[in-house]
Amino acid sequence: MKKVLSMSATIILSLLLMIGCSSTPTTEGGAEVSEQSTGAGSEMAAGSEASTSAASQGEAWYGDPLENPNSLLATRVIYFDYDQSVVRSDYLEVIQAHADYLAANPQAVVRLEGHADERGSREYNLGLGENRANSVRSLMMAQGVADNQMVVVSYGEERPAAFENTDEAMALNRRVELVY
Amino acid sequence: MKKIVLMLLVFLACHSMVKAELTIEITEGVEGALPIAVVPFGWKGGGLQPVVDLAEVIDADLQRSGRFKTIPRTDMLSRPTTDREVEFKDWRALGVENLVVGHVESTGAGTYQIQFQLLDVFRGQQLTGYSIPTTVSNLRSTAHRIADIIYENLLGIPGAFSTRVAYITSTRLADGKNRIGLNVADADGHNPETIVTSSEPLMSPAWSPDGMKIAYVSFEGGQSGVYVQGVYTGKRQKVTAFKGINGAPSWSPDGSKLALTLSKGGNPDIYIYDMRNRKLQQITRHYAIDTEPAWSPDGKSLVFTSDRGGRPQIYQVSAFGGKAQRVTFENSYNARASFSPDGKLLTFVTQDEGNYRIAVQDLQTGVMQVLSQGRLDESPSFAPNGSMIIYATKAGRRGVLAAVSVDGRVRQRLALQEGDVREPDWSPFKK
Repeated sequence: MKKVLSMSATIILSLLLMIGCSSTPTTEGGAEVSEQSTGAGSEMAAGSEASTSAASQGEAWYGDPLENPNSLLATRVIYFDYDQSVVRSDYLEVIQAHADYLAANPQAVVRLEGHADERGSREYNLGLGENRANSVRSLMMAQGVADNQMVVVSYGEERPAAFENTDEAMALNRRVELVY
Repeated sequence: MKKIVLMLLVFLACHSMVKAELTIEITEGVEGALPIAVVPFGWKGGGLQPVVDLAEVIDADLQRSGRFKTIPRTDMLSRPTTDREVEFKDWRALGVENLVVGHVESTGAGTYQIQFQLLDVFRGQQLTGYSIPTTVSNLRSTAHRIADIIYENLLGIPGAFSTRVAYITSTRLADGKNRIGLNVADADGHNPETIVTSSEPLMSPAWSPDGMKIAYVSFEGGQSGVYVQGVYTGKRQKVTAFKGINGAPSWSPDGSKLALTLSKGGNPDIYIYDMRNRKLQQITRHYAIDTEPAWSPDGKSLVFTSDRGGRPQIYQVSAFGGKAQRVTFENSYNARASFSPDGKLLTFVTQDEGNYRIAVQDLQTGVMQVLSQGRLDESPSFAPNGSMIIYATKAGRRGVLAAVSVDGRVRQRLALQEGDVREPDWSPFKK
């Protein structure tokens, strides 16, 4: 399970990098995404099997938007800087996409699981993981997601995604996982 | 349904005996240790000889404390079992200052009488001597008691050899899942017992002051909760399971209250839960992370970790709440503090040039000293006699337990054979 998790984290990270590379300049790109996602959301609200267009790749997807590998919704892990719980600007459009999905699907619930790397004390890291999850939660709430659609749980450093003692592994462990 | 099954699994796993002995390696010696010889105990009477080598257990205890240098058996010219058989000049020649001799006598089926004497080699006198009845299953604990008597007689402070250590283990199973265990073992690593196992994280074990219960955090059911479990009865009680964090339990010195961390108010704050009337009192109110409370031995105040100043530091607050005072000022990261039994020192984790290490700070002078040398050391816990601190460190990628003397001169490692070992908590003295 852990192996799968860490592997998927790696895939997601590389996916994210791909998206990052192909995206248009930040401010414009952000605006573009939010419009497109809102559009997709209202189609969903109408109850049809929607065709959502991905932010950058733009391929049509028929089915559950959560299953679309080309959608920003496919990004389920948000990484953080050391001892920081502020969401980095490069993740804002991912959070926007999830917020739009949740706002359009009021019955959907997401678990925001906060994690920390292994440095420092365990209980403090529990607090840090929760702060990270709450940062994501606040951004989503600002985008219209209802409080009862999000469950925040912090695992601190207790459930690492990567087990090595390297900076790269620790970076993979400082994260919030979005679990639908 | 899934939740019920999970809880049942946890319940069934309670009190299963998973044997995985800790082994002790002394990583550093010490100058000025007292030279002592513990002569193999003699055997009187028929029947089977006891399986436990009492002198060996006593020898290992004294050696491990770092305060004694024990003489190997191969250097002993004779093996007296009472003071009458001792040739003091032979022991003086070996540079031995104190000598322990004794013998075991069978008193029935599985019962014994143990006599031992602690002798001053230079004066040729007995310092103390005891005759202790015991049973076959209590031989090791009797040996620890004898080591405690010797330690106290020669050093003037009680020994902590008859105590236990609680700790968390994590073992990766063949199917890739983790088995997390809450365990207790003798302070020398023998007789380990797993008292809780779970597939979800277990954290922060804390002995009650009477040594009968352990409070801990369990994530069973996908949500943190604070639990209290009888060490010998296995009976357990859910203390708090509020929304958010339920963590960092710490017993008040009288055992009636638990200080803990709850984030039900939106962010982690310190609370006190009264076990008698089940009332909760909020101690800190700050938007920062406040966590890891620990009581002062007089029960009047708490220390805790807070990043209210930007980075985690140790603060102190009255047990009735009110304004918190910052206690640590050296280094940019200080966390998980606890008091020495006499209340004069704090031990905590400090960030020392990029490494996380165990430090002590004198509360009177404010002077801080780094004691450990690891990269990711954590969870320091004082021995009940204040002589040593047990903590978690890494050996390669694996978590192991280590202990260091309060002056930082003696360091030793306790290695479990498999799995990741962490979060040690040293028990109080046996009542």
